[in-house]
This record gives sequence, structure tokens and C-alpha cells, in this order.
Amino acid sequence: MPSQIVAVGSKVGLHARPASILVKAAAAAKPLAVTIGRPGDKAVNAASLLSVLALGVKNGDSIEVTVTDGDGAEALLASIVEIIATDHDE
Amino acid sequence: MTYQGIGVSPGVVVGPVRRIVAAKVTAPVPADIDQVLEALDAVAADLEHSAETIELEVAKEVLGAQAMMARDPSVIEVLEGAITEGVAFDVRPIVEAAFGGFKEQLLALGGYFSERVSDIDEIQTRLINKLAGIESAELTLTAPTIVVAEDLTPADTAALNLKFALALVCSHGGATSHTAIVARGLGIPAIVGCAGVMDLADGTTVLVDGRGGDVIVDASSDEIATRSEKEAKLKARAESVTGPGRLSDGTPVQLLGNAGTVDDVRAAVKVGAEGIGLFRTELLFLDSQVEPSVEEQVKMYSDVFDVMAGKKVVIRTLDAGSDKPVPYINAIHEENPALGVRGWRLTRTSNDVLNRQLEALAKASHGKDVKLWVMAPMINTPDEAKDFADRVKGLGMQVPGVMIETPAAALHADRVLAEVEFGSFGTNDLTQYVMASDRMDSRLSDMTTAWHPAVLRAISIASQEAATVNKPVGVCGEAAANAYLAAVLIGLGVSSLSMAPSALAEVRGFLASVDLPTCQKAAKAALGARSAKDAELLAKEILEN
Repeated sequence: MPSQIVAVGSKVGLHARPASILVKAAAAAKPLAVTIGRPGDKAVNAASLLSVLALGVKNGDSIEVTVTDGDGAEALLASIVEIIATDHDE
Repeated sequence: MTYQGIGVSPGVVVGPVRRIVAAKVTAPVPADIDQVLEALDAVAADLEHSAETIELEVAKEVLGAQAMMARDPSVIEVLEGAITEGVAFDVRPIVEAAFGGFKEQLLALGGYFSERVSDIDEIQTRLINKLAGIESAELTLTAPTIVVAEDLTPADTAALNLKFALALVCSHGGATSHTAIVARGLGIPAIVGCAGVMDLADGTTVLVDGRGGDVIVDASSDEIATRSEKEAKLKARAESVTGPGRLSDGTPVQLLGNAGTVDDVRAAVKVGAEGIGLFRTELLFLDSQVEPSVEEQVKMYSDVFDVMAGKKVVIRTLDAGSDKPVPYINAIHEENPALGVRGWRLTRTSNDVLNRQLEALAKASHGKDVKLWVMAPMINTPDEAKDFADRVKGLGMQVPGVMIETPAAALHADRVLAEVEFGSFGTNDLTQYVMASDRMDSRLSDMTTAWHPAVLRAISIASQEAATVNKPVGVCGEAAANAYLAAVLIGLGVSSLSMAPSALAEVRGFLASVDLPTCQKAAKAALGARSAKDAELLAKEILEN
């Protein structure tokens, strides 16, 4: 399964708008599934806003994104990584 | 009969009360999994509809997030796992458990994250009401009404036809609650934390004064006229006066903004602040899990200096500790953190952190067209002040200064200020320390006000001592944002006021209506009072005439 580690770009962390943007993108990726978590820790469903918020991710934290195998998995991974690396409130 | 709360959006109106009472389900709610998921879907659809129709951007985002929580696949998974065999006798504890784990995690995270717990509560209530067949309270307003509720959620305010809302009054909630934000957005008066107001019967005519925080039943026509005129006067005054701060006799009073982010700095510029009188640097440190690097700090400070080109900026060094602990700095448990190692005292335990911050400030200001003043918090002694000034000047920055927020600093302000270029009263902490009363403890609120004559006397002594060594003193606490108190502080000898940008126009407008002798007279009266309440009344009377 393709995965990549990325630093969170949003100043508020994965909260409010940045979290919503991520969750919407992950939910729209079906049938592919996206999970995120701190490297080495338990990963959660990126389509679940509550799970994403409960990670308590702050600006600059490293997050590992994993996408299930399938058509377009690499492109999906790249787009999710980009969302997490961007500061959406700029 | 008067109910007293916290005024969070100014304005005076009179109208009939309409109470919004939240429905509560008390009996068991039986349902099978299909019914639960169907109801959850309907709740999400309602929220999505509200998000689409409401015009307020802030409410739109909150409602959108709530809808996403109602469609959360992890919650649906838990529910499906819990209700497996037909109809469950009571789904309330099951729903509670499905969301409960997330609530606990968010609460443990604190800050921004814990604020989302109220969103989860909202979804749970709506889901249970939906299953029990209780429609959300019908909130359609058809005539001008004063909306009274325990608390108004974003969903409530979306459902209300706010075109007819004259004012919002809540028995719960604080100054930063959602109600306050919505009311300010709509430009209508609002009061929160107004205990007892839910006892009012629908249709009762009340006066709402969103500046003072008063709800008055059966106000006399005189009272209505007086309050309305006063409000109109204050509003007109705030809008009519522009430019640098001045008293009516031309005495200049520098009006500055308090800020903690570059956005705050922009907000201060927008309202015409002559500079930044307090830039708090804690946020940068609180937002991070490790100390921000010198380069990161240089970037932040440079951004501030760019926005404030040509103007004065007072940067306060890290004020970590007490009510603002930074985990990687304040690691040791303190029995009494307000009296412990905080502010500049951190040089005793984390000396390098402060040195790196000063280095970053020197680097960021290099070559910038900005009047940089650097200020240390919690300075108690002349030795501390000298140590700070030596470090600041050693790095090529010219204007070191100190906060005057401890009784020690106030009592020998001449010796402390002799070592630096300026002083700034932190009235919140000075009040807490002079009165020996925790400012977070609401039971002591009568003693934690800067109106107390003992606090005013400390400021008076320090201002006089400052004058003997020719050093200017300002105020950068909440006291500066109260127009009457601001005038009293000027009367005590303060020459600049720094406040939240939202308060600036009103303070500027008020100061333009009084002269220096009147401010001095009001200050003298307040100093001579027996209590905070008397001081406020006496000063107001003098200042208003």
C-alpha cells in the first residue's frame, strides 16, 4: 500500500477547515480508503472527522498517510499529502 | 427587576421576550439499527440544509463540520456493532457511548479541540429527539422579538429567522460564545451569562442594554430614554473621532493595540492604532511541541514589523508559566505557579530560550523601519531590569522596558525604571497580586477588578515614581479597554493605552470628550473611594458631566 510521511502545514493543525477539507477528500476517494496517523502509531480512517480531530495534530507534526492499493492510489496519495502540507488559512 | 449578565454586543432595545426552550427526552428510546442510521442521516441532512441557507460565514463552517460528524463512518461503525439484534430497548446509552470515546479524547487535547465537544452534544441531542419524535423547537420568529435561551447553538441561530431578532440573551455562555459572535455579526445587542433570565414569561416587555449587560423588566420611559441616548452618544462618539488619541484639551494619549498574531496586528492597524503596545509572543511557543527555532521566530517577528512599518511595536518576551504553561519550558510542577518561575524568571531555568528569543528579535528588526521596544514580563527588582536591559542593548536594540505587574515593581518603580526606558502596567496581574486574589476564581470577582482603590493607589505611586526618573508609563491590560477606567488611568499619569483593537474606537471617542483636569479629578475621587464599586461610580459621575 503506498504511503508517505508529511509535515502538517496548517497553522491550527488538523482542525476546523483544514480537517474538513481532508475528510471530504478522503470520503470522496471511495472505493480507495485513506488512513492517517503518527508514524509508528495506530492509524485512523481519514474520512472520519472525529477520528482525525481526536489525533490532536498540530502545525508541523509528522503524519503518515496510507492509501489502499487500487487504480489511482498513487495520485490520491499525492493529493492527500498536498492537502495536509498546505496552510489553508493563508 | 434587573437581570445582570455580560454585555457582548452593544446596543439598547426594548421588546417582547420569546424564550427558546430545549426539549429534553426523559423516557427510554427504543429503535433498531436501521431507524438509528436513518435518523442520523436526517440529522445530517438538516444540518447541511442549515449550513447552505445561513448567511453568516462562521456559522456555516460550524454547521458544515457538525453535518460531517453526523455522517462520521467511525461512529456509524460503532453503532452498527452495538445494535445487532433487532430493536434495542433504549438507544440513548448506546449513542452516548458511540460518541463518548471521541468526546473524552477531544477534552483531553484541550484548546481548540475540546471546543468541538459541544458540536458532538448537539448531534446527540438532535439524534435522540429525532428518534423520540420530538421536532426541534419551532423557532420561527414572525415579529420583532428578544430571543432568550439557555444557550444558542449555531444550529439554533441558523433555524431562527434572525431578521426579527431584536437582541439575544442567554443565561449561560461566556464572552467568546457563539451567541456573541453571531450577534456582533448581525449588529444586534447581546448578553450572555445572564442568570435567572429563563424565568421570564413569553411576551414580557424588557429593555436589553448590550453594553452594560442589563436586562430590565418594565423599564420606565425615562430609563429607556436615558439608556438609548447614552448608547447613541457613545456610538456616535466612537464613529466621529478619528486620528491619534487626544483629550478634549489636546493632551495626546497614545492609543495602541494588543496583539498575539499577525492578523491581530492587521486588525489594530485597521482601527487606526498608532502602534502595537503589547505583542504577546506566547502563541508561537504554545502552538508548538518544541521550542520554535530562531529562524521560525525571525519570520514571525519580521511579518509583524512589515505590517507596522514606521510605527511603534512593543514586543513582550515569552510570558510562559502560571495560567499559560508551555509544556517543554514549565516542566516542573509548581505548588503555586502564579508566584513561581514565570515571565522573565524563566531565565533561572531556561535562560537559553530567552536569549534565543532576543537574538531572533534583533535579527528580525535588523534593517527594518520599525520603532521596536522590547519588554520583559514579571520584572520585580532593579537587578532583573538591569539584566534585561543589558541583554537587549547588547544585541543592538535600543529601547528595553518592563511590565509593572507586581507590587514590588510598583512600589519601587523609580529604581526599576531607572534601569530601562519605559514601563507598562499589566493591570490584570497587578490586580491579582495587589489584591492577592486569583483572577480566574469567579467567587472573588469583586476583588479582581482594577477599579479597586488599592490597585489604583499602586498605579498612582508607580506613575509618580516613574515621573521622578523621567520614564513614560503605559497600560496594556484589560483596564485600558474600559473608557472610564482609561480616563482615570490618564488622570493617574499614564501616557499611553494599549487594548484589544475592538475597544479602540470607543476609548478614543470617549477620551476626546474629557480634558486632563477632569481625568485627574476622577482619578482623585476613585483613589479616595472605599470600594471598587464606589470608585467606579464616583469616577463615572465626574467624567460624564
